[in-house]
Amino acid sequence: MTPSHMSTRREFLLAAGALALTVRPSSSHATTSMMQDAIRKVVGDAPINRGKVKLDLPPLIDNGNVVPLSVSVDSPMTPTDYVKAIHVFNEKNPQPNIVSVQLGPRAGRASISTRIRLADSQTVTAIAQLADGSFWQTTQDVIVTIAACAEEIS
Amino acid sequence: MARAVVTVPPRAKRGEIIEIRTLVGHRMETGFRHDSLGRPLARDIVTQFVCTYNGTEICRAELFPAISANPLFTFTTIAVESGTLEFKWTGDNNFALNETASITVE
Repeated sequence: MTPSHMSTRREFLLAAGALALTVRPSSSHATTSMMQDAIRKVVGDAPINRGKVKLDLPPLIDNGNVVPLSVSVDSPMTPTDYVKAIHVFNEKNPQPNIVSVQLGPRAGRASISTRIRLADSQTVTAIAQLADGSFWQTTQDVIVTIAACAEEIS
Repeated sequence: MARAVVTVPPRAKRGEIIEIRTLVGHRMETGFRHDSLGRPLARDIVTQFVCTYNGTEICRAELFPAISANPLFTFTTIAVESGTLEFKWTGDNNFALNETASITVE
């Protein structure tokens, strides 16, 4: 065997090892219970009501690396009645958090948008905290065809 | 060198709600990927974004690896007075970037 063969074989083994890491079962993925834990960290023991929050995500996502997301909350945004914070969570990325935004009455409207990564088809949750301390949430199911986060560099 | 783009309307009526769009050039390496040899790639993300309007904080965001590369963030504020909006991004590996925009309120 020539040295060049050796190096090719070594490279192959390294690549195979890398591949094995890639296809390792989804142990690095967050789970629904991890998401619940992350939500509880933010919300504490407070009850979470349904409604008021509007989550806007495309239902069918071609590329999970760049997913447009907007969240708006039905609130008058007055100095006494406003949205304090908006938190977005996911179930199946390696980490359950996506973004946490602190707002105030000077926002005028409780409306934010960004672009996110989604590793798999899953349910995305948006939670708003109001000035009176109440929490409101909404969820949306999305289908992702090309996953983000876990892809390897070749 | 990282670069940021912010879009703020140059003039607005007093009390008007204006939309602010921000975009910062950053690869947002998640820390969950590996290179071709299977070595983990260290996390390198923008972790925080803060916007102040004439010194008063109006919006703050905590970012996680689930935010796409070149983070885009849009939000709104009430045009209360003429002045300067300052945008500040901070992140891993001492990443820090500032940008300002001025607005005239009539």
